Amino acid sequence: MSLELSEHLQNTVESLTETFSDKVLNVYQSSGDTFVLVDADSVVDICKHLKKELHYVYLSDIFAIDRYTSEERFEVVYNLLSLKNPTRLFLKVRCEEESPELDSVTGVWPSASWNEREVFDMFGIHFRNHPDLRRIYMPEDFQYYPLRKEFPLLGIPGSIELPSSTPDTE
Amino acid sequence: MKLTDIQDKVQSSFFKEHQKKLYQSLEDKHTTVEELDDGDPLTTKMVLNMGPQHPATHGVLRLVLQLDGETIEKCKVDIGYLHRGVEKIAENKTYQEFMPYTDRMDYLSPYSNNVALCTAVEKIANVEVPERAHYIRMIGCELARISSHLLWLGTMVMDAGAVSFFIWTFKEREKIYDIMDRIAGHRFTVSHARVGGVANDITDEAMASIKEFVETFPNEIRDYHKLLDRNRIFFDRNEAVGVLKTEDALNSGATGPVLRATGYPLDIRKFSPYLRYNDVEFKVPTRLEGDNLARYYVRMEEMSESIRIIRQCIDKLPTGPIRTDNAKQAYPSKDEVYYSMEGMIHDFMMTDTGICPPDGAEAYHAVESPKGELGYYIQSDGTGHPWRLKINAPSFTNLQVLENMLDGEMVADTVVIIGGVDPVLGEADK
Repeated sequence: MSLELSEHLQNTVESLTETFSDKVLNVYQSSGDTFVLVDADSVVDICKHLKKELHYVYLSDIFAIDRYTSEERFEVVYNLLSLKNPTRLFLKVRCEEESPELDSVTGVWPSASWNEREVFDMFGIHFRNHPDLRRIYMPEDFQYYPLRKEFPLLGIPGSIELPSSTPDTE
Repeated sequence: MKLTDIQDKVQSSFFKEHQKKLYQSLEDKHTTVEELDDGDPLTTKMVLNMGPQHPATHGVLRLVLQLDGETIEKCKVDIGYLHRGVEKIAENKTYQEFMPYTDRMDYLSPYSNNVALCTAVEKIANVEVPERAHYIRMIGCELARISSHLLWLGTMVMDAGAVSFFIWTFKEREKIYDIMDRIAGHRFTVSHARVGGVANDITDEAMASIKEFVETFPNEIRDYHKLLDRNRIFFDRNEAVGVLKTEDALNSGATGPVLRATGYPLDIRKFSPYLRYNDVEFKVPTRLEGDNLARYYVRMEEMSESIRIIRQCIDKLPTGPIRTDNAKQAYPSKDEVYYSMEGMIHDFMMTDTGICPPDGAEAYHAVESPKGELGYYIQSDGTGHPWRLKINAPSFTNLQVLENMLDGEMVADTVVIIGGVDPVLGEADK
């Protein structure tokens, strides 16, 4: 499939494939957005390269997708902006279902902290070297990961402690 | 202040693990900088819990502040008290079924949320939107921006001590509610945008009230400026308070007016124009100071720019259909539904199955909501329900900025700084 890339995205893809030839697994487009799938082990190096050399200075968002496949079940997507040449790039990495772990990119963009906490909270993906990896929406006492596909929409009864409806009569 | 001391005093009866980790995290913040802890002989240190039921936190925001006298040494923000799991809900709904939920995300500017979702769905499913619908959406979005900024203005000035001002901005908000009522049939949760267009056309009555508002509102802005721009108390409360430095702004992930107040003219309307923002003229106001006063100026100027955009939209508003005429992509018009069998079948099919983007397609579309970049990422599996829908909420990113901005400020300024950042917890907590 041929890609229709703007000039800066073309430079980005060329620079990435040159510097990290065997780490860039796939480059594709969907609905006009450009996605680059890379090897999970070198995600921090690639992010550093993107920020330092290619001006992707602003991290807009990080989120995960539960692909619900037997291999490489979770996908984490980094939504990056370059302000110098108005471009948006999506960087993707994949990780396994069994104890999913990734390197944290908080060293590159400090704002990744809350986004990674959200991914951890919703999907249970651990981020190595994260300064403060706690749940963000759910309380720490909650044991499940709600956005995984096997978690039921109605929740699990008893999984979360509710306040007493008659607090005065304990 | 050691964690054990806090634990002894607090004795939380609820979500014990959560409270423990939160206080632990507060203790761990900036540990490399200090730790010349020689006890606290004057007992000036304390940990203050603010929220989640504090009226000045604009919702259910909880701050845990470690104070040294009146100075905030460090702060942790605890969110999630309004978490409803809308992303999970979205995975179990069709796209247009999910649309009313977006009203309840940033409930101060529901129109831009509707448009954000619909533009994302249109992008992933390749839906052509008629020209007139684009302009109606722009008018709605800019009215929503004014409405949201008016609430921010009223509450922030109230947080700084002037209560009557709140009533004056609400007088204007009330007019916008009335306009929304005439446009969409609802005052608050409008749900007016549809995939492929908008629900109904702007009536003459609605258009007249918009025109009247556009004429009168600039005078109101002028009055606000008159009252605040040379106001000593307002300046003292806001100048050099809650400073976000230009060099930290991008790294901290700030978005919207908070980012623009530090000097970066990042506005999605200019960055990647959507709707017809290419065809209208407007400026992106910026400031360099990065303090609360700069945010005030940026938002005030944005309101004036919004009025300018609405004027141009009214002038350019073309005639024509307001929703795409394709039964596989959008609801047919009510005329068709009531008077033809096919129309009714199509209406039923849209409600039952909905629009089905191609299998495996992915799209991200962002709009500039009043709070900043509001983006929807959608991944489709070929059915009428999204496989994954992710909301990139501006309040969430700005709250992270708040956590670091509060360190070193005075405790009395907390509410003003929260007001200046203008988070909406319905959106931040999803």
